[in-house]
Amino acid sequence: MTYLIGTGMTGGYGGTDILHNCSITAEKGEIAVIVGPNGAGKSTAMKAIFGMINIHTGTVTLDGEDISVLSPQARVAKGMAFVPQTSNVFPTMSVEENLEMGAFLRKDDINGTMEQVFDLFPILKDKRSQNAGELSGGQRQQVAVGRALMTQPKVLMLDEPTAGVSPIVMDELFDNIIEVAKAGITILMVEQNARQALNIADKGYVLVQGRNKFTDTGEKLLNNHEVRKSFLGG
Amino acid sequence: MEDIINAFLLMSNFVFVPAIAYGSQLALGAVGVTLVYGILRFSNFAHGDTMAFGTMVVILFTWFFQAYGINLGPLPTAILALPFGIIFTIIFLLTCDKLVYKFYRERKAVPVTYLIASVGIMFVLNGIIRFIIGPNDQRFADGERFIIKAKEMKQLLGTAEGVSIKVSQGLTFVTAFIVVVVLFWFLNKTRTGKSMRAFSDNEDLALLSGISPDKVVTVTWILVAILATIAGTLYGLDKSFKPFTYFMLLLPIFASAIVGGLGNPLGAIAGGYVIAFSEIMITYPYKKFISYMVPGDWKPDSLVQLLSTDYKFAVSFIILVLVLLFKPTGIFSGKSV
Repeated sequence: MTYLIGTGMTGGYGGTDILHNCSITAEKGEIAVIVGPNGAGKSTAMKAIFGMINIHTGTVTLDGEDISVLSPQARVAKGMAFVPQTSNVFPTMSVEENLEMGAFLRKDDINGTMEQVFDLFPILKDKRSQNAGELSGGQRQQVAVGRALMTQPKVLMLDEPTAGVSPIVMDELFDNIIEVAKAGITILMVEQNARQALNIADKGYVLVQGRNKFTDTGEKLLNNHEVRKSFLGG
Repeated sequence: MEDIINAFLLMSNFVFVPAIAYGSQLALGAVGVTLVYGILRFSNFAHGDTMAFGTMVVILFTWFFQAYGINLGPLPTAILALPFGIIFTIIFLLTCDKLVYKFYRERKAVPVTYLIASVGIMFVLNGIIRFIIGPNDQRFADGERFIIKAKEMKQLLGTAEGVSIKVSQGLTFVTAFIVVVVLFWFLNKTRTGKSMRAFSDNEDLALLSGISPDKVVTVTWILVAILATIAGTLYGLDKSFKPFTYFMLLLPIFASAIVGGLGNPLGAIAGGYVIAFSEIMITYPYKKFISYMVPGDWKPDSLVQLLSTDYKFAVSFIILVLVLLFKPTGIFSGKSV
């Protein structure tokens, strides 16, 4: 049974549809990556799965349960977590407070989860009392991912996590993401850096104009001649 | 040497003590404005009249207590009436929110719409207050008047000048201090307080984290009611209560909040003192002070007053304009206006 399924999704922000019969699925503990040219509807597809935009056709199911009509907040409670591309931290709050806010819905002890986040991102432990707004771009992304992990999600969705960070930090972030997936969390990620992202992906989706163009394992997509020529620069 | 001591005492009596008291009142008012700006994201023009509303209820209850001979001895009876003023103001603000602001929140209105709505509430409030208590001056301070009298201090120190501290001034400072400490504890240490800061920082992310906007908004209005009623009552005890004066207070309060950095409570407090000290120092006649500091025949003939007290609001205006021109985010880097 596939864990997260978005099938036949059609919809957009207002009048015109951006997604056309678009399908995205991911198994438990799998890394699924959505790539494609600018304006292909990559982020829109992810937002549709998270309920941030309305789809008038198609369904989204999580662990067999239809969640198509739930609000994003309700989907968070169901075990989905979303890291937006920009303004994804609380800038005037400390790293620790950012993580606490991530766990706002939880009533149990969150210290264990916070230690896990600090194990994953050791630098955050040193900076725990510093304001998130004062951190570097890469560290801020770590806070953003950490905040999302605080709900102990089953699905983690990342909208271009490596936008605007240096190549070294990007590699580090990808390593972190693989680690998160190893813990059994399903990762759905939109990426500009298609080549690197497909390298770590179990499954890749190439979207063009809101439609599925290619769907395959990350490795096969990397070796696919047409994908290479069109999207990966040869 | 004695002249320098006298000069210092003179300045303390006429500038420092009144400015600290006035600054504390402005600070409490400005924190209320800044909370609304940071969390509900609009400039609340009804804040001065909210202060007047709270103070009015406090005065009514003060009269009630006085009629039954209930008092606090040396402290003003108004302190006893304060909780009632706060409760009524909370009810009033929450009703306003339900009837007016909620409507715009659901429609995701732009901040300027809220601002105009708050101007509307300001006028309605203006009318309600004048209808209930009238437009005239009300003095409701009772109990002891002074903590330290200038005369006693002169005798004690054997100096020509003395410092008097009114009960209302001492009360203002102590109350403001306690309120600010409790407020900061609330915002920085409690779950609800932190969720309010998170909501102020990044509304979308706060929603994604499961923070309930309704609860944040309600708690904000409750805090604003508490702060406004306390600030208004302290101002009324220190000077007097007149609805028009409270409406006019809006300017120095907004100036304080903007100078400190809108949305930043710490900045609002600093801003309150900056405005109060500037206002009083620029309108104070320095003749006597200079007489103490210079040799006898250099004594100035004029009052050496930079601006007449009639122009005291001009001071807030000038500071406001300068800050907006050169540092729009304020001293403590709040949100730019």
